[in-house]
Amino acid sequence: MESMEIAEKLQDHFSEEVLDICDFHGQVGVVVKRDRIVDILRWLRDSPEIKMDHFMDLCGVDNKKRQGKNLLRLEVVYNLYSIPLRHSIRIRAQVPENDACIDTATTLWCGANWHERECYDLVGISFNGHPDMRRVLLPDDWSGYPLRKEYPLKGREEWSGLEELKHKVVELQEFGLSDGTLTTKAEQSQTKGNEKS
Amino acid sequence: MTRPITKTVNVPVADGDGERYTLKMGPQHPATHGVLRVDLELDGETIIKCSPQVGYLHRGFDKIAENRTYAQSLILTDRLDYIAAMANNVGYCVAVEKLLDISVPLRAKYIRTIVCEMSRIASHLLWLATHALDIGAMTVFLYCFREREVMLDLFEELCGARLTFSYPRIGGVRQDVTRNFVDVLQRFVAEFPMHIEEYETLIDTNRIWLKRTIGIGVLSASEALELGLTGACLRGSGVDYDIRKHRPYDAYDLVDFEVPISDDGDIYARYRCRMEELHQSARIIQQCIDQLPPGPIISEDAPDLVMPLQGQRKVEAGSTTYGTGLIKLLEEKGEFPVGDIYVSTEVPKGELGFYFISDGSGRPYRMHMRSPSFIHISALPALAEGSMIADLIANIGTLDVVLGECDR
Repeated sequence: MESMEIAEKLQDHFSEEVLDICDFHGQVGVVVKRDRIVDILRWLRDSPEIKMDHFMDLCGVDNKKRQGKNLLRLEVVYNLYSIPLRHSIRIRAQVPENDACIDTATTLWCGANWHERECYDLVGISFNGHPDMRRVLLPDDWSGYPLRKEYPLKGREEWSGLEELKHKVVELQEFGLSDGTLTTKAEQSQTKGNEKS
Repeated sequence: MTRPITKTVNVPVADGDGERYTLKMGPQHPATHGVLRVDLELDGETIIKCSPQVGYLHRGFDKIAENRTYAQSLILTDRLDYIAAMANNVGYCVAVEKLLDISVPLRAKYIRTIVCEMSRIASHLLWLATHALDIGAMTVFLYCFREREVMLDLFEELCGARLTFSYPRIGGVRQDVTRNFVDVLQRFVAEFPMHIEEYETLIDTNRIWLKRTIGIGVLSASEALELGLTGACLRGSGVDYDIRKHRPYDAYDLVDFEVPISDDGDIYARYRCRMEELHQSARIIQQCIDQLPPGPIISEDAPDLVMPLQGQRKVEAGSTTYGTGLIKLLEEKGEFPVGDIYVSTEVPKGELGFYFISDGSGRPYRMHMRSPSFIHISALPALAEGSMIADLIANIGTLDVVLGECDR
């Protein structure tokens, strides 16, 4: 089935939920509200003529600097594919900034687990009912969500665990394993500058 | 495929006193193939709970790519799956070409198909070598590296690099293949089936190998699909899903090959699938060499850092007149498109997908990589929980993960 037909069927079925349908290079994306996302995904998976059985991809998007109607601040993009019927569709669920959460798809595909954790980790959208909503790629004590548009590409501060590491170096000195000094990059460049002057 | 018959032995599942303890395996454990840490909760030698911890190699490629032009991000893809960097490069180029609507010359398509399959051979050989080594078959390791070396030497001749190539470019490839390259490759693919037989005689008659693979780590078709497995892990469970057939890219719709499938879903089935894929890769390369058409190797409107085609380009690569040549070239051609696209390719590990959102500027508004290793590691608890700790090594090996790709 053509992706556009699926999108139209989806619109017939969930007329309240579908906000927009967009087509780009033959790939169809359906912009939907977040409230009944699990019902939409279940319908796509279980309808005999659609049968989206392969959960290809999920990712979070920050729409802060993006133009477009019906777009809220955040977005969760689901890419689905049907292996027996060989067609695909993209669902783009809109998530508001002040309540950044959406229902989990792990009840339908348990493989969505780490996709959702990554989305939470990097974009900061949490998933209701997820079995293990923790950061996955970044350390647990990380602050901020790197893929939000206001997050800088390069930070200025030192790593938060540095003080602890400095303590370790002093402890190791007792065993003769270290000379007890640990200089950071910033300090190194400072001393270099001093030498030059 | 005929399967050897082995007897199953019942091992005591747990020592029964109910005392549990935790063990952190990795990140420097040699069998975890990189920096994977697995937190295990054990009862005796039985795994009660297994939770993989990743992220040690996270470099934030998604974020970096948003601040680079499309051509500049190509080198990031080398650092994903560094065992088969060529396949990642091609995957990225195919995705950007689809986004920017660039048509690739036929010769370049064939060359890219050749290098993709060569990297599949190189990757599968490394997988076989380390997987067998983990389980206790040492010799095959050395044999696999003998042939992998030929592949790497050929890559070196092609582009000067052995690990991080950046040889495929958006719109084609960087340089044409040489006569010597084609000759050596042709000799290699003619002999390669004989080498595969060598590995099989070494392994398939090894009782330890058979006992540790047959009936271990079984996944049914529906389980594998639900877990999001792709590549040989999915085909080993009997699902016929190969992107080279489903959504052909480059020259895959012009060559004839089969997709090996096994219904058993255990470690041995996945091993058989990958061995059969080696045969098919050799077959694809042979056909590509035979059919290799003459012509240009890079598209005229390729927005890339290629050697400038003298007198044909409006802006020379590296020209400082317009800042980056890329933006100027495309501005002349027309606007950058506004839209989003998901394009995936079949890399040796599974399905590598790129999701781009373009907002009309010269840089991606958002780039997301769907890396197969990331999803495969998330399936590890499903394979390992309830089994013995020794089988965990076999299960990590059979998923064929690379942590560079997992952590991005």
